[in-house]
Amino acid sequence: MTAVFTFWAGLHPLIQGLIKGLAVIGVMFPIGGACSLVERKVSAWMQGRPGPNRALPPWLAWVPGIGLLQRLGLFHLMADGIKMFLKEDSLPGHVNKFYFLLAPVVGMIPALTTVTVVPFGAYFDSAGQMVPLVLANLDVGILAVFAVGSLGVYSLILAGWASNSKYPFLGGIRASAQLISYELAMTLSVVPVFLMINAPGGTGTLSLTDVVRFQSGTSGLHGTWFIMTMPLSAVVFLVSLFAETNRLPFDMAEGEADLVGGFHTEYGSMKWGLFFVAEYSHMLIGSGVFTLLFLGGWNPLPWVPLQTVIGWLAHLSPLLAHPLAVGLISIGIFMGKVLFFMFVFMWVRWTVPRFRYDQVMKLGWQKLLPLAIGNLIFYAIVIAVLQK
Amino acid sequence: MAYTVERKPLTLLERIYIPQILAGMRVTLKHLFAPNVTMQYPEERPAIPSGYRGVPTLVMDPHGREKCVSCQLCEFVCPPKAIRITPGEIPPDAPTGHVEKAPKAFDIDMLRCIYCGLCQEVCPEEAIFLQNQYSMTGYTRAEMVNDKARLYELGGTLPDQHFKWDKKKAAAEHGNAH
Repeated sequence: MTAVFTFWAGLHPLIQGLIKGLAVIGVMFPIGGACSLVERKVSAWMQGRPGPNRALPPWLAWVPGIGLLQRLGLFHLMADGIKMFLKEDSLPGHVNKFYFLLAPVVGMIPALTTVTVVPFGAYFDSAGQMVPLVLANLDVGILAVFAVGSLGVYSLILAGWASNSKYPFLGGIRASAQLISYELAMTLSVVPVFLMINAPGGTGTLSLTDVVRFQSGTSGLHGTWFIMTMPLSAVVFLVSLFAETNRLPFDMAEGEADLVGGFHTEYGSMKWGLFFVAEYSHMLIGSGVFTLLFLGGWNPLPWVPLQTVIGWLAHLSPLLAHPLAVGLISIGIFMGKVLFFMFVFMWVRWTVPRFRYDQVMKLGWQKLLPLAIGNLIFYAIVIAVLQK
Repeated sequence: MAYTVERKPLTLLERIYIPQILAGMRVTLKHLFAPNVTMQYPEERPAIPSGYRGVPTLVMDPHGREKCVSCQLCEFVCPPKAIRITPGEIPPDAPTGHVEKAPKAFDIDMLRCIYCGLCQEVCPEEAIFLQNQYSMTGYTRAEMVNDKARLYELGGTLPDQHFKWDKKKAAAEHGNAH
């Protein structure tokens, strides 16, 4: 074990970063893929259907208990993936080829870049200080997420424009208008959180880790999660998140009902698959950021931070207090919350019908934006009084 | 007469969406755990109600005699012209000799059939019935044409007790033709 640690510490930081990055991608992609299956299953169960439950490779049929996996549709996931890779990668003749091919790539890059600044767990060093597990612990955390995450809209605009056909074009226009309108409300809704954690006099920070650290207290205000002290911020952020990730009820850019497939109408096979994975990655990161900002990150319960739980577990076995175990536990708690929010995304999708385009714009500009501004002013006054 | 639909203005709770959406999510969550309402088709089959109009078939009487006398009324009434009958004579020494005629060929093109049931309604001999079978599949057009043998195979025997041609035969043997 120690040999592994010394080997790891001896590696060049660049190689360390590369391995960590690949590990994160290696977790994110399968989750993104699995979410597509979960989406199908959840929608089916909500509609009183069993959902995909047929696919089974014949050479695996003898394995006992495989029927359960079959009924859960696990092999449909693989069949879908294989299909996506093997089917003809058609390139329509009327498209602007360069931008058409560029768009899915541009969609994936922000999705994979934002994940670098999102902490997904923590452990405690020998001094008892919390060390976040994050690819790049930037001090501009949330700013980087917003700045890079909003670049994702370029892929939709590029795809819509480069496809050179009516439906993708309309989808691209809608996407740009919608994403730009909700960006404002989203950013304004998280400002109170950072007003709260930046006490006057101290060094300012926009780091997501510090938000979680603030929520890791054991008593009083520090132990609460921000969803309890700032519910309106949380609601505005969540609604904007739905709009930003192009999820129903704000599915304007795709709009299966009126725009065929919206911006990705002309796309097929793995190019379409990249859009699909990018959407789920955005959802994952969005849920992650929401969890960090408003749900206490990797703290299991309000007023019961990770450190307290590790203290309890250390009584059971000192092995559980090992940084490796602590890291895994914190990642587990964080992923649990994130996956629950992925489920909420699906839950809402199959509950609420799509808004009309003008309703979406009206909601963004006339309801959420004033609400976010009012919320910001209110909390600015409250925090000014609290922190004097 | 003019009819005005009363449209109530939305209440505040309805206008802020969130309680309505939460109520909707409660409903969908209930459905998430509710049992499925669908049928696993090839393994489970639907119960066919009586009077179902499935694939048209030819039937025999309980004595195993074909009831169709090839009067061609069904061919005549069939709206999509799916039925094609070639009438044929019955040799006098056959066991069913007292029946005037029987179809030499009886084809129903299931690609044309619209399952209207007019053939069953018009048949004076109660020889053609739309029965329970609801699924007709085939790889070629020729496979989708049911010939006479197939029609009798699908139709089987129905337990009616008319025995019209037995009575005709008995009457003929007693010397009065009608």
